[in-house]
Amino acid sequence: MKIAVCVSHVPDTATKINIGSDGKTIDPNGVTYIVNPYDEFAIEEALKTKEKLGGEVVVISVGNDANKETLRKALAMGADSAVLLKDENQRDSFGIAKALAEEIKLQNAELVFFGKQSVDYDNSITGQLTAELLNYNSVSVVVNLNIDGNKITAEREIEGGKEVVETSLPVVITAQKGLNEPRYASLKGIMAAKKKTIEEKEAVAANLFVEVVEMKKPAPKQAGKILGSDSSAVSELVKLLREEAKVI
Amino acid sequence: MDFNFSEEHNLIRQTVREFAENEIRPIAKDLDENESFSYNLTERMGELGLFGMTLPEKFGGQNLDTLSYIIAVEEIARIDGSHAATLAAHNSLGIGPIYYYGNEEQKEKFLPKLCTGKALWSFGLTEPDAGSDSRGTKTKAKLEHGKWIINGSKIFITNGSTQISIGSTVQAITDENSDGSKEYSTIIVENGTEGFTAKPMHGKMMWRASNTSEVYFDNCIVPETNILGERGQGSKIMLSTLDNGRLSIAAMGLGCAQGAYELALNYSKERKQFGRPISKFQAVSFKLADMATKIELARNLLYKACWEKDNGKPFAMHAAMAKLYCSEIAKEVADEAVQIHGGYGLMKEYEIERFYRDQRLLQIGEGTSEIQRLVISRYIGC
Repeated sequence: MKIAVCVSHVPDTATKINIGSDGKTIDPNGVTYIVNPYDEFAIEEALKTKEKLGGEVVVISVGNDANKETLRKALAMGADSAVLLKDENQRDSFGIAKALAEEIKLQNAELVFFGKQSVDYDNSITGQLTAELLNYNSVSVVVNLNIDGNKITAEREIEGGKEVVETSLPVVITAQKGLNEPRYASLKGIMAAKKKTIEEKEAVAANLFVEVVEMKKPAPKQAGKILGSDSSAVSELVKLLREEAKVI
Repeated sequence: MDFNFSEEHNLIRQTVREFAENEIRPIAKDLDENESFSYNLTERMGELGLFGMTLPEKFGGQNLDTLSYIIAVEEIARIDGSHAATLAAHNSLGIGPIYYYGNEEQKEKFLPKLCTGKALWSFGLTEPDAGSDSRGTKTKAKLEHGKWIINGSKIFITNGSTQISIGSTVQAITDENSDGSKEYSTIIVENGTEGFTAKPMHGKMMWRASNTSEVYFDNCIVPETNILGERGQGSKIMLSTLDNGRLSIAAMGLGCAQGAYELALNYSKERKQFGRPISKFQAVSFKLADMATKIELARNLLYKACWEKDNGKPFAMHAAMAKLYCSEIAKEVADEAVQIHGGYGLMKEYEIERFYRDQRLLQIGEGTSEIQRLVISRYIGC
C-alpha cells in the first residue's frame, strides 16, 4: 500500500515572530523553521503502518526550497521518497489541498496522513479539503488508529472526551498529539536520506479564495487587577470572570 | 570560504538536540545527584548512532566526518556534561585507538559491539603518579612465554567500571634500556581477565552521572597478541589519541558554555528587579553579549580544527588551542551565568549549578590548560 504524508515547514514555536514590511507575511529573518510538530505524529504513524503492513511512504510538501529541510528530515526518519510541489507564492488552504490532492492521485496513495493543523496558520482544514477533493473518507484529530484490511478504526478527540469511529480506505487521517511517540531521525537514517532524492515539480495552479490582507501582533498584555487578599474578594473575582472576562 | 553547514550537519544537530532536550534534560539532575550512570540513555545514544560516528559502516559506524561528531558532543554537553563525557570518552578514547591502531582481527572483534552503546571501552593512561607527566607511568608489562604479565594501576579512567565496560587500552612500560629510557606500549585488557580489577570512584564534584574508575593490574596475564599497534608505539598512540580527544573535550566546553549562556539569557528575561527584566540592565546585557561573543569565537576555532582534520591537514595545534579556549570560556561563561542567576544560581534546583560544577573538569582533563599552552608554545616555536 502506498502511504502519503503531507507535511509543512513552519516557524519553530519558540521563535519570536515579526511581521514583514508588507504587513501581510511574517519576516523570515532570524526565524528557525521546523517540521510542523503535528506532522511528526503523521510521519511516525505512516512509518509504523508501513512496518506493520508493508508498503511505501511518500512525503509531500507544498512550498519553496526551504521545505526540503523538512522533507529531508522525514526521509531521515524513514520515509521512502519525497515530493516538493513548488510555489513561491503564498497559497490558501484550498490551494495547498488542491496541489496535494493532485499529487496523491498520481501517487495512487490510499492512506494519507496529515498533522491535525499546522502551527503557523492554524487553519486546521487542509487535510479535510484534500479528502474532499480526492473523494476520500476522512477522520480528524486522531489519537489512536487501527487498520485491519480495508477497515479503519480511529479514536478521535472531541470536547470533553473521545469517540471511536469506523471507516474504510481510501482515507485521510489527521494526527493529534498522543497518537504515537515520533522517533528520532537516527544518524544512520540521516546518512541514508542523503541518498534519497526529493522530486521537485510545479504545484498545480489554484484559485485563491482566501487572501491575507493584514497581519497584526496580539495586543500587549494588560496589567492584572488585584481585587483584595481575603475571602471577600472571591465574589468580586467570580463576578468579573463571568461578566468581564467571560471565561466561566 | 564557506561557513554554511551541510543539510546533514543541520539534521544531526537537530536530532541530537531533540534527544538531549527530551530524554536527558528531564533526568539529568537526579542522575547527577545520585551519582547514577544511565545504561538506558547510553544504549539509546547508541541506537541514535552516536558511538563510532566517524567509523566505516562495516565496523558499525556511520561514516560521518569529524565535524558531525563534534556537533553531537556539543549538543549533548549543552544539556549535560556527564552524558557528553560518556559519549566523548567512549568515542575518542575507547573506540579511537582500536580503530586507528588495532589490527583487522581486533577491530572486527571489538568495534561492532562498541558502536552499539551496549558495551564501553576505556583508555588507561593516567596513574596516581603520572598525570601531566605521562612518563611517570609505573604500570609495567613483561613478556613471558608469549604472554604479557601486567602490574600496576590507573586512575580517573572514564567508562572503566560500568556493568557494560568490556575492556581497556592500557599504556604500560614494556622495556627499560640501560640508559634509563623506557619503552612504552599499549595493550588491550578485557574486563574479567584474572588480575584485572576496575572499580568506580565516588564523590566527584562534576560529571557525577558518568563513570570514573580506578583500575588495578595484579599479575594480570593477556596473550602477546593483545598488543595494540606495534610494540614501543605507546607514546605515539597516546599522543595521537589525545590530539583527537582534545577536539571532543573542546566540544564539551563549547556545549557547556552554550547551555550555561542560554540558561542565563532566559533567566535574565524572566527575572525582574527595579521594575524590569534584568536583561534590560547594561550590567547584565553586556555580560550576555560577552558570553555570546566568546562562544562564537570558540565555535569558530573548534570547527576550523575539525575542518582541518576532515581535510587531511595538520590540526594538532588548533586542537590544543580549541581545547584550551573552549574549556576556559566554559569556566568564564558558567561563572557569569551563575552571577546573573544571583542567589538562585547557588541552589541545586536551578540547572546552572550543575553547569558551574561540570565545567571545572574541562581545564584539567585530557591535558590541563597549562599543558595545552605548553603544546601551543612548542608549535609556535618558543
